[in-house]
Amino acid sequence: MIAEAGLAALWLAAAFALVQLMVAWGAAKHGANPNVGTLMTALRRIALVQGLLALLSFALLIALFVRSDMSVELVAANSHSLKPLIYKVSGAWGNHEGSMLLWVTVLAVAGAGVAAFERRLAAGTLAATLGAQAAIGLGFYAFLAFASNPFVRLNPAAPDGQGLNPLLQDPGLAFHPPTLYLGYVGLSVAFSFAVGALVMRDVGPAFAKAMRPWVLGAWIFLTIGITAGSYWAYYELGWGGWWFWDPVENASLMPWLAATALLHSVTVLATRDGLRAWTLMLALVAFAMSMLGTFLVRSGILVSVHAFAVDPTRGTFILALLGIYIGGALALFGARVGTVTQGSTFQLVSREGALVLNNLLLTVILGVVFIGTLYPLAAQAAGVQLSIGAPFFNKALVPVALALVVATAAGPLLRWRRDNWNALAKRALVPTAAAGLAFALLFALARGAHFTSVVAIALSVGLAAASVAPVARRNLRRTPLHVWGMVIAHLGVATSIAGMAADSAFKVERLAAIQVGQNVTVGPFRVTLAEIRPQIGPNWSALEARLQVRRGESKMFELLPQQRFFSTPPTTTNEAAITTLLDGQLYTILGQGDDQGRWQIRLWWKPFVTFIWLGGGLIALGGLLALIGRVRRERRDAETEAYS
Amino acid sequence: MKAKHQRLVLGLLALGAVAGAAGLALSALEDQAAFFYAPGDVAGKPVPTDKAVRLGGMVAANSIVRQPDGVSIAFVVTDGKANVPVAFRGVAPDLFKEGSGVVAEGKFNPDGSFTADNLLAKHDERYMPPQVAGKMHKTETLDK
Repeated sequence: MIAEAGLAALWLAAAFALVQLMVAWGAAKHGANPNVGTLMTALRRIALVQGLLALLSFALLIALFVRSDMSVELVAANSHSLKPLIYKVSGAWGNHEGSMLLWVTVLAVAGAGVAAFERRLAAGTLAATLGAQAAIGLGFYAFLAFASNPFVRLNPAAPDGQGLNPLLQDPGLAFHPPTLYLGYVGLSVAFSFAVGALVMRDVGPAFAKAMRPWVLGAWIFLTIGITAGSYWAYYELGWGGWWFWDPVENASLMPWLAATALLHSVTVLATRDGLRAWTLMLALVAFAMSMLGTFLVRSGILVSVHAFAVDPTRGTFILALLGIYIGGALALFGARVGTVTQGSTFQLVSREGALVLNNLLLTVILGVVFIGTLYPLAAQAAGVQLSIGAPFFNKALVPVALALVVATAAGPLLRWRRDNWNALAKRALVPTAAAGLAFALLFALARGAHFTSVVAIALSVGLAAASVAPVARRNLRRTPLHVWGMVIAHLGVATSIAGMAADSAFKVERLAAIQVGQNVTVGPFRVTLAEIRPQIGPNWSALEARLQVRRGESKMFELLPQQRFFSTPPTTTNEAAITTLLDGQLYTILGQGDDQGRWQIRLWWKPFVTFIWLGGGLIALGGLLALIGRVRRERRDAETEAYS
Repeated sequence: MKAKHQRLVLGLLALGAVAGAAGLALSALEDQAAFFYAPGDVAGKPVPTDKAVRLGGMVAANSIVRQPDGVSIAFVVTDGKANVPVAFRGVAPDLFKEGSGVVAEGKFNPDGSFTADNLLAKHDERYMPPQVAGKMHKTETLDK
């Protein structure tokens, strides 16, 4: 019965979305009518019910997985009764149908959130926004109902499930897709706001202020998702790298790049009433990138670790949705952009100017990633086979990324509206000196290091110095929270880039075949293979190496890398053993044994590699502080307005 | 600056940025145009030895030879038309075996052999470009 109830809730939610669209149409049309208030109340309630129904449907799917109901096809194909509970729950979205249901649930709940909390927008604009949100929802409800129903029964029921891909049996990855989807769907709200503002010709600071928390929220989740995904690939895949330029990774990077640009331009619109058309365009592009990400990952067009669904009809369906929404929004943009009046102006040397530069550089990076990700697919469609890998992206992107670091450092040093070069030069003195000093030190001390890496580390030192400038010599307790957010996020960028550069410049790799009792050295470490022993887990068995590690004369510690064998489905995985020290990570892998009793051991010493993810965490934290600061300040402003 | 002019300048800048992105991408693509090779593609032709490329095909039967150092192997990649000897130093992926598909990342040597610094086995946990999988599929049918 649970499966039928879930399907019924899904259909009801779809019906409510349809009603929501029609009521929104009416309310937007009669926005000036004094009686529109009743219609708006109804519209808000409908959006709430739609969100609750979608949530119910998703909760019922989770219940099916927790109960291991093998009479449901999706559960039988993706779960197993012996799995730990957390992976039964995450199994609900660790597959195509479930993840699409999660997508639409987050979308509907976000719409309900807009309906419940948004008080700033004009009635007509809010109605148009909720209408746009319902229209997006309808497409995905149709997709679920007609192309990927998660509640299909299996008759006769399977005796037990086929299990979850062992690579996905990882707490990090269990929560990776929901995090990314929260980001994707947050951008759908920004998109709906932009469509609402275009429909009602109501583009201005009020619309930007309403949209900003959603952009911030989406951006925070995307940042966390990308950072966690990178760390997962690093420790789970056993290849010692943290970014592969895999199209699926790019699928999450592209919306992040667009959202980062949008976040900065929406601030200009909210506080300075500039960049109106550009901000609208970015809101459309950011959601287009989310849809594209969903399309790339869920259409089966790619063969990748994350892309499990291989079904061309689904790809066509998502592609059609992408065409309708993005094409429709771009057409609306083209038709209405002429009526978007010019906001206030600014000099090119100003905070606004730096933010425009930041936006342009992010757009260039987005463009290159877009071309690099889609070109092979387009070429394949034309019958040419080619492959684009890391060399392409590194060659094209590293110079732009370094320019972006400089722009990021300069932005907070500039005043709004107008400034001059001399003042900027004065304020940039300390950061420039810091970067110069770092460059000289690295150049003298690390002679063998790659020049680009040295430049990147020096620039990140300069960025770190420039980032703290807005809070230096200021009353720290009276500094607004959103300024702290910016400072911390920019420090996070500096930290990440320093980590990436340090890893590529200073990592040491060692590969050896040794017998039990022998040792090898890597960087400052001496590693002894003490034992090879069998291990048994809940649904795997393994060979485990006991490695004894000593750094100089310090205390010995052990690392236990494994080769794991899973039976359902039969797979072998390499479990790296990693130890984190203050100045980096030691990464160890157990390879194959040979007939002479030797075992392959692969070791990496990666100085400061943890900075990459630490920086990602700081960026997300900065976003969170900015979000809290903005929401609190606007609530306070709203109260002052109410009393005055 | 007048509002109209500012809009024009920003528009031109945006256009320049997009053109820059396309330019960067195309110049980098030029290097990548010939990035993936099957043994048949290079048989009897001069090979590029100065850049990292991918070589894909099947591991020929009885061709894997373990080297005395315990961490190097030699094997032959074939696509049914030609063979390329490959040397690799590292931990081979779990699914790497004779008769199955492989993509080697590395460089050609002047004598036409290949030195790999990374191996991707078919259905490896790591990403494999679809066109690579496609090429392997073809070679599999050639074998049968």
